[in-house]
Amino acid sequence: MMNATVDPKKLIKGATGDWEVVIGMEIHAQVTSKSKLFSGASTDFGGDQNSHVSLVDAAMPGMLPVINEECVRQAVRTGLGLEAEIHLRSVFDRKNYFYPDLPQGYQISQYKYPIVGEGKVIVDLVDGSQITVGIERLHLEQDAGKSLHDQHPTMSYVDLNRSGVALMEIVSKPDLRSAEEARAYVTKLRTIMRYLGTCDGNMDEGSLRADVNVSVRRPGEPLGTRCEIKNVNSIRFIGQAVDTEARRQIAIIEDGGTIDQETRLFDPAKGETRSMRSKEEAHDYRYFPDPDLLPLEFDQAFVDELKSHLPELPDAKKARFMADYSLPAYDAGVLVAERVQADYFEAVAKGRDGKTAANWVINELFGRLNKEGKDVTTSPVSADQLGAIVDLISNGTISGKMAKDLFEIVFTEGGDPLQIVEQRGMKQVTDTGAIEAAVDAVLAANPDKAEQAKTKPGMLGWFVGQVMKETGGKANPQSVSDLLKAKIGLE
Amino acid sequence: MSVDQATVRRIAHLARIAVTEDEVPHLQGELNAILDFVAQLDEVDVAGVEPMTSVTPMAMKKRVDEVTDGFYADRVTANAPASDDHFFIVPKVVE
Repeated sequence: MMNATVDPKKLIKGATGDWEVVIGMEIHAQVTSKSKLFSGASTDFGGDQNSHVSLVDAAMPGMLPVINEECVRQAVRTGLGLEAEIHLRSVFDRKNYFYPDLPQGYQISQYKYPIVGEGKVIVDLVDGSQITVGIERLHLEQDAGKSLHDQHPTMSYVDLNRSGVALMEIVSKPDLRSAEEARAYVTKLRTIMRYLGTCDGNMDEGSLRADVNVSVRRPGEPLGTRCEIKNVNSIRFIGQAVDTEARRQIAIIEDGGTIDQETRLFDPAKGETRSMRSKEEAHDYRYFPDPDLLPLEFDQAFVDELKSHLPELPDAKKARFMADYSLPAYDAGVLVAERVQADYFEAVAKGRDGKTAANWVINELFGRLNKEGKDVTTSPVSADQLGAIVDLISNGTISGKMAKDLFEIVFTEGGDPLQIVEQRGMKQVTDTGAIEAAVDAVLAANPDKAEQAKTKPGMLGWFVGQVMKETGGKANPQSVSDLLKAKIGLE
Repeated sequence: MSVDQATVRRIAHLARIAVTEDEVPHLQGELNAILDFVAQLDEVDVAGVEPMTSVTPMAMKKRVDEVTDGFYADRVTANAPASDDHFFIVPKVVE
């Protein structure tokens, strides 16, 4: 079974010995759709307050929910991307609780019969190893509105624009064992959904939020009592929240205390988690099937049709890049992390050497874009331009060193690489006659050194440098070296 | 099945309905009468019977993904006890 063995590197050292942290996550991913799950109001981010609200979302009496079929498709697509069981029949329930940003007094969610059942996600870790994280379920539900607490000293302001937007709640099994694994899992889930186009993964706009369940135990012992850290909204904070909460629990247990099962909030500014709801307020959601909605049913043909149009997913793409372009796993992993990056690489690599293309895309382009705070979508160098540079290297027109200069020119000024090379005389001299003349000139000017070089081959490098200088850096260093050796009489 | 007075207070609190102590015994009696009435259904043997969700076989109604509604914040907030610049205003709730 996965994760059955304890990896000592992932244990946390306490005062009284080692501890294992056990993490499970509930991810709330906003479904990519134009309109809401049960109403025709817009899902666009950043509209004027209460403008993207229909009378259904505002829970006016007598209004009835009608499901958005695209949200159903998106949930099924996501389920397929998680290699999960798709349930042809699922049921919407009311989850009852009282809060000002929930005008209905209940959230329409799925409880006993979710649309998607068990699946799995393969997660790559920094050291090159992989873990398989089990998916417990995925269900569709409504988002709540937003309360603003800083607009007035004694009142809260409520905007219902987000109320009723479709969310997918994706529940993992407690298969994660470290902050790094937790971060890598969310990153992978985000990548898969962005490939599928089912969630834009924009954490700044709240499109992806995580509830993180953390418990600690001595290695090999049964699960400890867990605490749920609500609404962590960045991948970095997820890692910090796990470490902070695990250390808090270890300190309590080592001092002879016990952990209370509770909901906590992570405060990134203070680097602590704190209790969110007191026990007497413990929620009693009183779930029951929503009488306004019939069960959600579709046939296998509906699922098969969606499956036949799924894009190539990151794991498959990574395997193909490794096989077709002979890329190492790490490089392939970097390229497939975003679909636009992978597409860019393939456009450069098409008909060219894959390894050279990957090297230029990852090391030169990504490095340079990163420095400018840009990404592939805003790159000043197109895949065609970068491909042309790679061509000029492989056909020997320019050296690797010249290619870097050329790349810099294309990056900052733009233009056709081939024309730039011709107009600026950047061509590498491959004409042996011209190189030979330069070699002869350098040897003639330094007869003493040439004599010494016959017994001290280490001096060859100095001569190569002189010839390169003589040719303005345009000579092919290998040809220069070969010629020098022959003329001096080495080998 | 029957409810005690603590359950009556708890249900009232969950529904945010103000119930005075004087009303609790009366409500307990009413709730138990309703539960006893419905409990008659327990006499029917439903082992192996699928729960019925609709009297006639019907498929769930679905809509296409188009923006067809909204953009009337005035109407949405028209009945609000308090509002400001199209926001609903409620007593401060902070967790």
